[in-house]
Amino acid sequence: MTGSGSGHEVRGEPTPEAVLGPLEAAALAAIRGARSSDELAAAAADALGRRSTLAEEQRRLAGRPPAARPIWGRALQEVRARLEGAVAAATALLEEAERQRRLAADRLDLTEVLPAPTAGHLHVVTQTLQVLEDVFLGMGFAIAEGPEVEDDWHNFTALNTPPGHPARDAQDSFYLDVEPAGSMLLRTQTSPVQIRLMESSPLPIYAVVPGRVYRRDTADASHLPSFHQLEGLVVDRGIGFPDLAGTIETFTTAYFGPGVRSRLRPGFFPFTEPSAEFDITCTVCGGEGCRTCRGVGWLEMGGCGLVDPAVFELVGIDPEIWSGFAFGFGLDRLAAMRWGIPDVRLLMENDVRFLAQF
Amino acid sequence: MRVPLSWLDELVELDASPADPARVAELAATFADLGLVPEAVEAVPGALEGVVVARVEAISPIEGADRIRAVVVDAGSGPVEVVCGAWNFAEGDVVALATVGTTLPGSTEPLRRRKMRGATSSGMLCSAAELGFSTDGAGILLLDPATPVGAPLGELPGLGPDVVFDLEIQANRPDCLSVVGVARDLAARVGARLRPPAAVADPTPWLGEREGAPSARPGPDGAAPAPGDVRVMGAIASVGIEAGAPCGRLDGLVLEGIRVGTSAPVVARRLSLAGMRPRNSVVDASNYVMLETGQPTHPYDLDRLGAPGLVARRARPDERLVTLDGVERLLEETDCVIADASGAAVGIAGVMGGESSEIVAETSRVLVEAAWFEPLPIAQTARRLGLRTEASARFEKGCDPEGASGALARIAELLGASRPGEESAVVGEGPPGMPAVRERLSAVSVLPAPPSVAVRVQRVNELLGTALEPDAIAQLLEPMGFGVGHEAPERLVVEVPSWRPDCAREIDIVEEVARQYGYGRIVARPRRSPGVGARTPLQVLRWQVRRLLAGLGADEAWTATLLAPGAHLAVGVEGSGLAVANPMVAEEVELRSSLLPGLLGALARNVTRQEDALRLFEIGRVFRRQDGPWPAESEFAALLLAWPGDDARAAVQAWRTLEGGLRLQPVLFEASAVDGLHPGRSARLRDQAGCLVGVVGELDPAHVAEAGLVAGRRIGWLAVDLAALLAAPKKPESVVVPSRFPTAEFDLAFVVDDETPAAVVEERLRGAAGALLVHIALFDVFRGPSLGEGRRSLAWRLRVAAPDRTLGEEDLAQLRSRCVAAAEAGGLATLRS
Repeated sequence: MTGSGSGHEVRGEPTPEAVLGPLEAAALAAIRGARSSDELAAAAADALGRRSTLAEEQRRLAGRPPAARPIWGRALQEVRARLEGAVAAATALLEEAERQRRLAADRLDLTEVLPAPTAGHLHVVTQTLQVLEDVFLGMGFAIAEGPEVEDDWHNFTALNTPPGHPARDAQDSFYLDVEPAGSMLLRTQTSPVQIRLMESSPLPIYAVVPGRVYRRDTADASHLPSFHQLEGLVVDRGIGFPDLAGTIETFTTAYFGPGVRSRLRPGFFPFTEPSAEFDITCTVCGGEGCRTCRGVGWLEMGGCGLVDPAVFELVGIDPEIWSGFAFGFGLDRLAAMRWGIPDVRLLMENDVRFLAQF
Repeated sequence: MRVPLSWLDELVELDASPADPARVAELAATFADLGLVPEAVEAVPGALEGVVVARVEAISPIEGADRIRAVVVDAGSGPVEVVCGAWNFAEGDVVALATVGTTLPGSTEPLRRRKMRGATSSGMLCSAAELGFSTDGAGILLLDPATPVGAPLGELPGLGPDVVFDLEIQANRPDCLSVVGVARDLAARVGARLRPPAAVADPTPWLGEREGAPSARPGPDGAAPAPGDVRVMGAIASVGIEAGAPCGRLDGLVLEGIRVGTSAPVVARRLSLAGMRPRNSVVDASNYVMLETGQPTHPYDLDRLGAPGLVARRARPDERLVTLDGVERLLEETDCVIADASGAAVGIAGVMGGESSEIVAETSRVLVEAAWFEPLPIAQTARRLGLRTEASARFEKGCDPEGASGALARIAELLGASRPGEESAVVGEGPPGMPAVRERLSAVSVLPAPPSVAVRVQRVNELLGTALEPDAIAQLLEPMGFGVGHEAPERLVVEVPSWRPDCAREIDIVEEVARQYGYGRIVARPRRSPGVGARTPLQVLRWQVRRLLAGLGADEAWTATLLAPGAHLAVGVEGSGLAVANPMVAEEVELRSSLLPGLLGALARNVTRQEDALRLFEIGRVFRRQDGPWPAESEFAALLLAWPGDDARAAVQAWRTLEGGLRLQPVLFEASAVDGLHPGRSARLRDQAGCLVGVVGELDPAHVAEAGLVAGRRIGWLAVDLAALLAAPKKPESVVVPSRFPTAEFDLAFVVDDETPAAVVEERLRGAAGALLVHIALFDVFRGPSLGEGRRSLAWRLRVAAPDRTLGEEDLAQLRSRCVAAAEAGGLATLRS
């Protein structure tokens, strides 16, 4: 073997390159060619183990001529380091491939998941109420409540609707079979809570009153004998019609969005004066006129007005000092309007296929 | 109130054509802004094209025919021969001719020239019914002789294309239950002049001055008037009001020489457009005037009264009357009747006249009644009898106490009784055979006096947010008939017109100002509460419960408050004992005492729709009768669990979710039979203070089967009282800092009698572990022959840790034996080896 390029060449002795070069090439090929961790372990043992050629050469080092020993020593170290590096690299590659194989085997089609029990659904009227409650809470209003069984005083008389008043006809009532007859009824409106508030709360009052009310109506697509109202009452100094209009505008915009406007037009309620009905621009056609709004561009929402001084006098509030306004509207109708519910009887049918849509 | 545009146009200068949709829409918007909201705006086609006015020139028999005649008419362009089967006309009469090619209402075929028995018919003479004006098809329609011959019928006033505004009139505006009233509001708003019919504006020429004289003489029935009675005797008839009758005015008008026939086409058409059926000229005139002026009147056949005269009085005990609709009515003493001068009731005051004195074809002398009644008694009578008429609708809301004269005069005018300027026709001096007013009578007891109202200009502007000057306020009010005087610079005195019973106070005038000013012109002002908006604790709790129950997979239901009789018993619970006195339907009578009947019913309905795996919850009020008129009313949340596998365990788990979510101190399960629930699988829930919070368990299998569900199906049930939940003690708002030292775990299994609740053993273990306990859970329940009958093994896993050190073997051994000793004390449990 003829060495070249080395000043330390000793005649008759093979150079480290000549001996270790092929050895390293073969070992590298075996390491890089390993297809599994077992193969790699075998290749690593062949290349670097105690019985490897490299180990043999290591042991032979002491028998080398002293001048050649440093050269051989360095060369052996370098080969060993390169082979060890190759083993580490091959190990990492194999582990990554192994991980990928395991992940691939672990694949899950997420659309084949069996249905699990889901959360239930709040009733659409409840959800409507929650949105509105939050609007009014944001305006600083309290939420007040009252009994569903009322006496005639709170439901009618104190609301400036004495016996025989024509407005009682429009609200045919369910009376209870208690003595004295005709004294107790299922409330026909949430307005009696106005009276309860004015009787018991310190002034000023800013409150809304949600609740279930009852009228002796035959159920049809747009009527239920029981339904839900949201009533509002404000009593303060210096309240006038502009405050009423502003409040209606604020909450209708908050609920329906900025594209919806409201308007007031004269109406009649015994406990407000001036009284008004309030409309919003049709949510279907935006005011252009369509079938939903019967071509007029407006949808009737509810009633409102300034608190009639007679009501203040009945509850002992001085109408010369205090003034106020009240408003009310049907939640069920509002929910039906927003969701396009064609028949309000669906609201009370409790068909889970309906309930689960909200 | 259905108001034809043509009628309105006669009373206000509107310059609005029915053919101009933009103008019609503008009017509709104006009505809405005045509070006279159009519920519908209907376009109505005019009288038929091809129908013309014709004069009868000659009538001749047709040989061989005894039911038809040949008639030659002049329709403006030469003679036309037609064959006609009607006999109610003579030569010279003016009639309606449908020419060849015309298609009449109700027919699809155009008229053709026909030959009948040798005579040629080139058209058809029409009845009011054939023209669609009325239901009267008895003879052909006779037109006013002054009608221009040859004119198309559709071009006569009131017969052209029209628009009907169907206005919703508020309960406080009886004055707008009339075309004049509607016109008045509209005229004031648009700045046009109101032109009421001449007879209404000034009734005197039609009525004359003679009104009869108050009299104390005995009436024709021989009875002397009682103190407080009002009686007015005329030469022909009398009117009176008995003391105590809710009648403020009873006016009468005697007309003679009446020929009952068909009304003029315009009258018939307007009645039809307004929604009333034309009947005959006299009844139609009465109805027309009611629609026009708002004053109901009633015409009696004077010769069919027991004695000529009318008295308003209370009904006698057991008095009966057959009304115009042929129904016998049993009256009560609270009802007001109109009796004839012999004392026999001939009408229910303000509601409906009697059959016996009805206008008939032969009637020639008519006594027209125009009255004012107190609203409330009329409303009560109409309601009790279930007889709501156009008249009662007006009287019960309050008619104009001064409206009688105008209405009577207008009826006289419509019946052609007399005309302004025709001196000879006034009061009893008309030519024989011509309709004439013979006598006008007026009895008045107590009428409401229209008030004058002091109005502060500043108050108006404060409430409306306006800056109106006194004169501007006057200009808004005066066109509606209010008189406005200036008492002081900032103080007006407003004289309310007699037809506005709704205006008596300053605030009423404020509303009128706002209405005429326009609600839309009042500028909105945002107003915020000075307070903080926050839910009450109960409201917060209710939303928490709702969310927690929905989180358990339950859909929120809304079931009926009113249940069928027996609905409670059917599910084993006691009813509320409280029913509505006037139910609509037999299924909705008793107030619910529990949410169970409703929710179980909802489940059953879903099952019939093949939806049988569901959980439902409801939050709602329940009721119970108690002493006194007020019922006990409380609010419950109830959960019905009917997923496959749901049972009492699922209900308890649901309760645990609520308990944890609401941070309640653990409640006590009081095992006991609960109404409607499985006696061995139910418990009452009591808070630490012993108050009942609710019930939990499984429905009684008997009722599950009765509700139409598969027998043996288990249904979990949880019902809680929201007020009790709110009051129940909560966990303190403080924290236990988790130990940083290792947690140790050990299991303990005990054999326990079936009668001993697991909760009792667990409570002992809790007590024994004390502050070291991190968590305890029952993880196994085992029954088997090795344990013996009536016993089971219960296994708990305890996790423990000390806050300040690692628990050593010795600590754990001590703790374990403390727990075992506590559980076994008194032989309650035996450690399972």
